[in-house]
Amino acid sequence: MSFIHKSIGEGGDNAGVKAHGAGTRLVRAGFIPLLDSAVLIAAAELGLAEREGIQLDLIRDVSWANIRDRLAFRQFDVAHMLAPMPVASMLSIGTNPSPVLAPFSLGRGGNAITLSVKLYRQMQAAANLAGTEDALTNAVALRGVIDAGRSRNEPPLVLGMTYPYSSHNYELRYWLAAGGIDPDRDVKLVVVPPPMTSDALAAGEIDGFCVGAPWNMIAVERGVGRIVAVKGDIWPSSPEKIIGVRPEWASANTDTLSRLVVVLDRAAEWCHLQSNRRELAKMLSVPRYVDTPADLLHRVLLGQFTIDPIGTERMVPEYFSFHGGDANCPRTELAQWIYSQMVRWGQVAHSPENLERAAAAFRPDIYRTALGLPANAGPAAAQVADRFIDGVTFDPSDIPAYLRSFSLPINK
Amino acid sequence: MQRPLSIMVFDENRIRASIIEEGLREAGHDHVSLIHEIDGLARQIERIQPDVIVIDIETPNRDMLEHLFQLTRIVRKPIAMFVDRSDSSSIEAAVEAGVSAYVVDGLRKERVKPILDMAVSRFRAFSRLQQELADAKTALQERKVVERAKGILMKSRQLTEEEAYVLLRQSAMNEKKKLSDIAQSVVLAANLLGG
Repeated sequence: MSFIHKSIGEGGDNAGVKAHGAGTRLVRAGFIPLLDSAVLIAAAELGLAEREGIQLDLIRDVSWANIRDRLAFRQFDVAHMLAPMPVASMLSIGTNPSPVLAPFSLGRGGNAITLSVKLYRQMQAAANLAGTEDALTNAVALRGVIDAGRSRNEPPLVLGMTYPYSSHNYELRYWLAAGGIDPDRDVKLVVVPPPMTSDALAAGEIDGFCVGAPWNMIAVERGVGRIVAVKGDIWPSSPEKIIGVRPEWASANTDTLSRLVVVLDRAAEWCHLQSNRRELAKMLSVPRYVDTPADLLHRVLLGQFTIDPIGTERMVPEYFSFHGGDANCPRTELAQWIYSQMVRWGQVAHSPENLERAAAAFRPDIYRTALGLPANAGPAAAQVADRFIDGVTFDPSDIPAYLRSFSLPINK
Repeated sequence: MQRPLSIMVFDENRIRASIIEEGLREAGHDHVSLIHEIDGLARQIERIQPDVIVIDIETPNRDMLEHLFQLTRIVRKPIAMFVDRSDSSSIEAAVEAGVSAYVVDGLRKERVKPILDMAVSRFRAFSRLQQELADAKTALQERKVVERAKGILMKSRQLTEEEAYVLLRQSAMNEKKKLSDIAQSVVLAANLLGG
């Protein structure tokens, strides 16, 4: 763990800044108790922030709306946020849009789509599923069940996600559409707070959901849910949560922000090491953080899943990717992809100006400058834009043409 | 004469909701509805057609509520009170007090502000009450522990009540600890030693 002891003062851009000489700066960070808040928590718990002169105060919250508003009204300096939140805020859409920038990505992966066991058994019976099929096959099978239900005049299936501007919403929609299901016509999408997903599924209020860890695994463990897709099946490069900051705070605290990025990068590196995962699981499990048994978190961190209550196992080694492969860089094309999905599903109209505003929400320049990386660091954009579940390649240079390449929604 | 405003208070805490309702009625608002559960909320909104919706910020249901407002056609365009930023100090006060609110677009600020101010002050009063109650409980608990510690000392060291108390207080001062902490140690030690 020698990297922990290096001071930022040794780097180029911040030469001359002594870690402890300039006094400790307080950074208040809001977070939602989810596995992907790990980097923030590790930064505080391992003393990484303190060593760089940052007193990182972590404040647990209960809803994304609160995170958004408390950041906007200066109760937080930075916040654990859904990657699409800054994009929506820069486009001035949604409730209380207030400008937010993303200088750091907290990693990739972590979400999954879970359906009720009852619904999955119907899919198995209708499409002869053995239980080892891939995410796309599962989506197509779901479409078969939906078509059959419609012919019998049954009410549409209800699927839960976490927030209108969430990776969960866009991933769920992408997966459904890849299977030929129109998320606005063929099913009903509702918002369900993640801790309530298992109960809602058990009570039959929803038929499935897309949320982050550990809620999918909890639904399987309780015998009510069946995991049919993970985030990586849909798009491996997809960003999940980011650190959001107010533009005015970022410009008034450039040095603090730069240190924070370095601290978070080190914390992410630590979280990523397999050998640290048990300790990380323990760190997160306590009531003031994620408040979930350490064993369950550890299995999630290792990507060892039981996807069906009957015991079907699946290994997803990169289920959550905290670091490496440019996972912490808020790359511009990621914001552009999020924007393309907002346009695709009618949340915002496309215009070159809107594309530009959306792209400006992610700030790879702040990230790279803080870490002394060259402007073109990381894999080529073409690599990021590839490997979608439906085989379509993302092209940010022509959003309308990209959206025309999808068969859904029909009236676009 | 203006049409009276319809106000909906969504709060899972029934006592706090009643306190807010009372305040609003005293201020002359007769159309106040209290909702405590998320079940059937969409129907309730359609029935009540609220102009102003006041919500406890600590409810994990807030994301769900916002989405419902977007989907519910009757409340045409409910917007968070935060949209008008001209009065940011009162908005910050609201967020701090734990209140969030949504108002129907187009409603004049002068009509909404007194309602929000009322909700904020009642939320604060409620927090104060809760704090006082918690403090009172702690004080009672501490007094019980001190009583037990005194009893233990009186019995084991043949002290009067007064002497036992002085001994506890003196130890607390010497150790720079709270009287109740010392008392707790005495009780714990007595338990361990089977006293």
